[in-house]
This record gives sequence, structure tokens and C-alpha cells, in this order.
Amino acid sequence: MLAQLATFAWETPVVDLHAIAPEIIVVITLCVVLLVDAFTGDDARWTSSSIAGIGLLIAFIPIVTLAMDGSERVMFGGAYVVDDFALILKSLFLLSAYVIVLLSTNYVAAGDYWEGEYYQLLLGSVLGMIVMASARDLVTMFVALEMLSIPAYMLASWRKRDAKSNEAGLKYYLMGVFASAILLYGMSLLYGLTGSTLLSAIGEVINASPTTQPIITLAIVFVIIGFAFKVSAVPFHSWAPDTYEGSPTPITSFFAVATKAAGFVALLQLVFIGFYGREDVYGPVIWVLAVLTMTVGNLLALRQTNVVRVLAYSGIAQAGYILAPLAVAGVSGAVGVASLQAIVIYLLIYASMNLGAFAVVITVARKTRSAEISSFGGLFSYAPGLTVAMTLFLLALAGVPPAAGWFGKLEIFSSLVSANNFAGYSLALFVAVNSVIAFAYYGRLMRVMWMDEAPDSDRTPIKVPASLGFAVVISAVFTIAIGVFPALLTRFTESVTLLGLGG
Amino acid sequence: MNDFLNDWGLSLAVFLPLVGAAVMAVVPKANESLHKVIALVTSLAVAGVGIALFAGFDYSAGGLQFLVDKQWIPVINSRYIVGMDGISLPMIALTMLVVPLCIVYSWNHFPEPKNPKAFLILILILETGMIGTFVAQDLILFFVFFEVVLLPMYFMIGVWGGEKRQYASMKFFLFTLFGSALMIVSFLALYFLSDQVMVDGKMMHSFSMILLPELAQGISIGAALWIFGGMFMGFGIKVPIFPFHSWLPDAHTQAPTVGSVILAAVLLKLGTYGFIRIALPILPEAAQRWAPFIGLLAVIGIIYGALCCLAQSDMKRLIAFSSVSHMGFVMLGISTLTDIGINAAVFGMVAHGLITGLLFFVAGSAKERFHTLDISRLGGLLKQAPHMGWILGLATMASLGLPGLAGFWGEFPAILAAYSPGAGLSEALFRVYMVVAALGTVLAASYLLWMYQRVAFGTPKAEFADDPNIKDVNFTEWLAWTPILVLIVVLGVFPNLIFKVTDPAITLTMRAFGV
Repeated sequence: MLAQLATFAWETPVVDLHAIAPEIIVVITLCVVLLVDAFTGDDARWTSSSIAGIGLLIAFIPIVTLAMDGSERVMFGGAYVVDDFALILKSLFLLSAYVIVLLSTNYVAAGDYWEGEYYQLLLGSVLGMIVMASARDLVTMFVALEMLSIPAYMLASWRKRDAKSNEAGLKYYLMGVFASAILLYGMSLLYGLTGSTLLSAIGEVINASPTTQPIITLAIVFVIIGFAFKVSAVPFHSWAPDTYEGSPTPITSFFAVATKAAGFVALLQLVFIGFYGREDVYGPVIWVLAVLTMTVGNLLALRQTNVVRVLAYSGIAQAGYILAPLAVAGVSGAVGVASLQAIVIYLLIYASMNLGAFAVVITVARKTRSAEISSFGGLFSYAPGLTVAMTLFLLALAGVPPAAGWFGKLEIFSSLVSANNFAGYSLALFVAVNSVIAFAYYGRLMRVMWMDEAPDSDRTPIKVPASLGFAVVISAVFTIAIGVFPALLTRFTESVTLLGLGG
Repeated sequence: MNDFLNDWGLSLAVFLPLVGAAVMAVVPKANESLHKVIALVTSLAVAGVGIALFAGFDYSAGGLQFLVDKQWIPVINSRYIVGMDGISLPMIALTMLVVPLCIVYSWNHFPEPKNPKAFLILILILETGMIGTFVAQDLILFFVFFEVVLLPMYFMIGVWGGEKRQYASMKFFLFTLFGSALMIVSFLALYFLSDQVMVDGKMMHSFSMILLPELAQGISIGAALWIFGGMFMGFGIKVPIFPFHSWLPDAHTQAPTVGSVILAAVLLKLGTYGFIRIALPILPEAAQRWAPFIGLLAVIGIIYGALCCLAQSDMKRLIAFSSVSHMGFVMLGISTLTDIGINAAVFGMVAHGLITGLLFFVAGSAKERFHTLDISRLGGLLKQAPHMGWILGLATMASLGLPGLAGFWGEFPAILAAYSPGAGLSEALFRVYMVVAALGTVLAASYLLWMYQRVAFGTPKAEFADDPNIKDVNFTEWLAWTPILVLIVVLGVFPNLIFKVTDPAITLTMRAFGV
């Protein structure tokens, strides 16, 4: 052992500062928020959110320059890769985090919560996510996962004096730790099998073994289950509705959009780089997860009376749609590329439509102090703009053109059908039937907003703070623009690929 | 001018209503008369564009005209292809006629809860969706427009509808959404299973309805039958074909008058149009195998709809069920897979649009005056409002297929076509369908005349006898109804006005069947 260490020559890794500039900027922003918060009084609390928001936007600049540069940058012996896949997802994380900062500004300031700490934790979590998008190594992935999760546990219980918020945090924490344990066990099996933590090396060994060794199956299933918790796939979803309901609503949207996307990013990297040749193992597992997730999520959503819970369960169902193409990804290279791009496209569209929906819910809740569906009654009569925006987001979630969701669904359908096998067609049918079930609850919310009377005939208009209004507008513009001109989005996702697909 | 029409004419017709809607969106809600004017001017401008297009249309050619083909979603090679031929032209004309009439009709009678701004914006969005569906020549583009139509109608029924509006609107939406989900899956299956074409130096699959009839020839009959089945659900629910019709009576009964009119006049036609435009030419072999089954459902629909009519006590519900019956004739015409049958179907679509549209207009006006459409409480319309009674009479006669009025030319040739169905179809079977369908016309005469008798003849019932609210046809009603009345008579006397337009295009379509 010692002799080994002695012969181990230390090489300074080459650090490409341009490639990790977004991460560095987020770290700097975090430090600035921390320092400003530490050295200013109560009257300057509002600066935290501004600094966080501006920092996130600045971090987006190097992503643009990296994308224009176009070359793939590999660091740390292949453990950290900045390619088109990483860039597009990093922009997803940064931009959705920016929108979440917009959503938080008034919520956190009005709620008498700790402001500086809130944004520090948020930025820490975002940092974990953008690291995750580049992580191509089990250890880096795990570090990224914990970096994004641990602040999230605290953010979930941010409303300290509310029992529901405490419940949310605790549930999320226990389930998260449990998932991490399973994941780690799976990862240790993978490492034991292959002798490497690099996904590409793992892929080579696993794909080369001709038969299904039980241990490979076990390892793959455990790793998938570990991330199934993060993306709240059924039957590992039980934490999600309670956590979503109890957390501060901006944080709920953060979980529903960014955290979930991070889980999917990890799954995509594992499947497309690590396990790509073992379709016989992950295919059926994900098929079952996808069918269960979309069906159970939708059926439970039908019974909810609280908008945030509806969105939580709808998010579970949506996760099922997003999982579906992964089940057929291994059929052939072309289908793999189609599946990967379909998932990336859906994640981006899902982020815009879901954030928009949450923005409206937060805005309306400022007046009604409630998130019950009935509190949305008659919204059309006193806030027609918000109603139209919410309708747009709900239609997008339901997949009705011309709101963006239809294109995401089309891409999912198209990747499933392109597999041209039983698994693909059956999943397409499940997605189709589920889309109809889902409309029952999206439509119910629309119906309440448009057709019901306002509760207590209270028709005082809603004051929309600038930051919330801005969040609604950018989500809406994105949702409608992508819906009408999907090419705006596909020109960035066209080149997305991962190693197992020859990328 | 002609160049402009060729490149922009159809797109202008599709998107002009949206421009109007956008202008209205920024005008304050309180300024109601301005909203009405903007909506009317927009719809008239669209009709003007339409007239220019129809004037420049070459009626002797069968193919698509004013064709525009632009890149839209390059990844999946879905393109913005729009074009118009003899099959879509009557449908577009019908849409462009009905929308302004609806706006005129609603001028002073907006249903509760009023809000003309939102109501008229919805009508204009609806117009974009409807015209777009009729001109789209790319499956994905078609799908998008097909869906755009759903929403305004959902809100129109749900917000401005009758007492059970929420139930009806939800049922309408879920039924159609289910159909379109299956439809899009079949479109995608078609896309992946058909041959590829060269696009910008790359071999890609195509969604183009122009190319697909050729590209889809290699699809095995097994797969084709499934794909046709998916389309059948999508289009069939919209028509609606017999077992999927149950959303229609609810939607019609609960919808506001204008909603019912648009629903009957144009929306139902989207389904039959889909069969003629997409399902038949692209999958002719599967169509042949499905045809006996479609024919069967069509005649069941004819008889079932008619029997339901006989049992209705509500006038609007009766007209709704008569739609099921009439659309059965259209589907029977299509299922014969003959030139004459499909010509009859297109004529039937126009005729049904005009006649049933008018019936719903009259029913809506009657409801406004009597506050009920319960047939047993009505009576003596000819005495109280003679003009309205006569108009209802004419629409009834047209609806039951009296020769000399438009309805006849939709039903009679369809029955005739069933006598000798297209190649490969069982003659005996279709002759049975023919006999059953002919019986359907008798039933149609009985339920319509019986309804007319109870509503229009006799003396007014005591509760309405001295009601000062019951006045004869007013100015806006005349304005909205006259064009329809004229067309019903003119098309009844000169059916060639339509057959001449449709025949070249249909002959071209029927080449897929080796005719």
C-alpha cells in the first residue's frame, strides 16, 4: 500500500478556467451574498436577492461563450466534461434558479424569514446542480448530489414556525438520506465490479460482459432507484406531495423543476454513458417506473384540492413521461439520440411551464392567502391577465398546442414510436391515455378560474409585484414562443449527445 | 397582386383573425362597441381575403393551389405547408361565412356573463384554428390547428353555456383530447414507418400530406390497419361517429347559440375532412378494409340518431341528435370509397353546416324569447312570430332532405353511392346499408316534421300567449340568417356550384384507389 503510494506520481490536473467559469461565478456570488449579509444591517436585506439574481445571470455569460466556442472540454481525466449536454442543462439550472430568485424576492422579504441565508443555500444548491451537469464520475456525481440536496433539506423547512414546513424538511431529509444510502450501495457495487469510478470506464466493463450477471443487475437497479427518489418516481414518490405542500412555495417550484431536472441529468449520464449496453437491465426497470409514475401521479392528482399538491402530483406524472423514452433508449443509436434529446427538450419546456404555473400560484396566494383550488374561483373576473397566463401554463402542461408542452410530448411520442417495438408502442399508448386523464385536473383548475364565482364575491384586484410579474411574463413568452416555433429550442438540442451514443 | 396572393393569401386568411384578437386584447374591456367593430371588421377582412383567393382559384385543376412550403421544425422535418384544393375550398368558404354571421348575430345578444371582449376574441381564435386545419398540408401543422380549435370552444361552452355547462365542456374536451392523443400517435407511427425523402442533403422522414401517399406505400397492411384505427378514433370522435357521439348532445345543448352554430357548421367537419384529406389518400388499403366497418357505424348512427330525435323533448337536443344522423350520411358517403360518395360527403358537410347552423340560430332565438326549448311548452310559432316560423320551416324541410334545397344533395348521392361501392367492397353489404340509410331519411322526415308541427303549428300556449317579449325576427337576425337562407336555396337548385369545385380534387384523391 505504502509502496503504491510512493510510486504514485502527482500530476497537477489541468484546470480549464473558461470551462468552469459558471461554477466559479456562482461560488463568488455566494460569497458576496454572505459577506454583504454579514456586514449590513436590516435595511439592506433586499440586496441579497438582487445580488443572487444578478450573479446567476452573470454565470450564464460564460455558458454562452462556451457554447459559441463549441468545443468539448474534458477535465480531471474525464471526470468533468463540459459538452453541449452539460451546457444546455447548466443554462436550464441557472435560468430557472434566476426565475426562482424572482419568485422568492417578495415571498422571503414579506415572510420575515432569514434572507441572506436563504439565497446562500439556494446558490449552494444551484452550484451542486451545475456541477452535476458535468459530472461523469461516480464520486463527482455523489458530491454534486449531496451539494444540491443538503441546502434543499434546510430550505424545505424554512418556515420554522409552521409544523407543515418542518414536516416537509424532515420527510425530505429522511427520504433523501435513505436514497443516498441505496445509491451509494449501488455505486460501491459498480466500483467493485469495474475498478473505476469513471462512468466511461464502467461502461466499457459492463457492456463487455456478455451475460446478465446478477451483481450488475443489482448495481444498476440500486443506482436507478437512488435517483428515482430524486425525480419522485412512483413508488419512491411518497415524500413529494407533503414536502411540496409544506415548503415555501418558491422552494417547492425549485424542487419541482430544478432538483427534479438534476435527478434526470444524473440518470441520463448513468444510462447513456455507464449502462448503455445493458438495455436488458435498465429497460424493463424504467418501463415499469415510467408507467407507474405517470399513472399513479395522474390518478392521485385527480383527488387533490390544493393547487400546490395538484402541481406536485402533476409533476410526478410528468416525471413519468420524461422517464418513458429512457426505457427504449437502448434499442439503437438513433433511438438513443432521439430519446436523449426528447428528454432534454421536455426538461427545458417543463421548467418554463411549471415555473410559470408556480409564479401565478404565488401571485394569487398573495391575495387569497391560500392555495386551495376553490380560492382560484372567479380569477378571470378580477385578474384576467393572470388567468390567461395560468391557462397557458396549464395547457402547456396538458400538452395542448400552441403552448410549448405539446412539442415536448410530441418529441417523447416520437422517440417512443421510433423504437418500433412493443415497449415503445405500449408506453406511447400509456402517455396518450394519461395525457387525457391529466386534462381532467388541469381542466378543473381552468374551469374554476374561468367559470366559478369568486369566493365571498371578493373581486379586489391582485397587486402583482414587479419581480413576480416579470417571472410570469418570461415564462409565458418562453412557453408560447417554443410552442409556436419549436425550432428555437431544437437548434440548441440538436447537437446534444452522450458518450454511449458515440458523442 | 397575384404573387402576393400565392405566397401570403392563405397565411393571411389563417392569421388575420389572430391579429384582430391581439388588437382586441389591448383595447380596454369597457369599450364594448369598439370590440364588436374590430371583430366584425377582422372577420370581414378574412372573408375578403377568402374571396380574393376563391377568385384566383383555378377550378378546373385538381391539385393544391396557393401552395406555400417553408421550414418550420427542421429536426423532425415538419414543415409549414399550406395549400387549398377543391376539397378544402368549400370548407374554408363555409368557415369564412359562418364566423362573421355569428359575430353579427351576437351583436346585441351576448349570452351571460356578457363580456363581449373575451367572447369575440375566442371566436377569432377559433377562426384561425378552423381555417388553419383546412389549409394545413403537414400532419403536425394540421394537428396543432386541430387542437387550437378545442380550447376556445371549451371556454365558450364552459363560460357562456347553459346550466350544465361545466359538465358538457369537460366532456367535450376529454372526448376530443382522447381522440387527438391517439391520432398523434398514429401520425408518428406513419412518419416512422413510411419511406424517407431527401431534405437538405439528409434522408429524413416526412410529415407532408402531399408526399405521404407515395411514401406510405411500403407500410405493411397490419401496421396500416392500426394506424388507420388511431386516425379513426381521432377523426371519428370529432365527427362524431356512432359510439363516440355522446359528447355532442351535451355540448350542443349547453353551448351558447353561436357556439352551437360554429360547432355544428364547422367543427364537426374537421373530422370528416380529416378522413377525406388524410386517412383515405395516405392509407387506401387500410381504408378499404375499414370501410365496411365505418359504413356499418355510419348507418347505425343514422338510425340511432333519428330514433333519439324522436325521443327528445328539448329542441336543441333534438337538433343535436339530428346532427349525429346527418353526419352518418356523410360518413356513409365516405365509406363507399367512390368518387360520387365523397362528392356527396363534401356537399353533405356544407349543407349540414348551413342547415343545422340555421336551425341552431333559430333555436337560440326561440330560447331567447321563450326562455325554454321544451317542445311541449312551445307552439304556434307561426302565429306569434310568422317570419321566424317560416324560416324554421324552411330549415326543417332542408334538413329532412327535400329536393330543391341543399340537404337533398348531401343525402341522396350518398345513398346512391352505397348502391355500387368502390372496388373491393362488398356490394351486398353496402346495399343493405343503402336500404337502412334510406329508411333513415323517412325517420328524419318524421322527427323533423313532428317537431315543426309541435313548435310552429297550432295556437300559442297560454303561458306565452300574451308575452310581449315574443317578437318576430329582428334586424340582426335577418342580417345573420339571410345569407344562409339564400345559400340553402341556391345550392339546392344549383348543386353543381359545389360539385364542380370538389370533383377535380376528389378525382385526384381517388386515384389512390385505382379509380
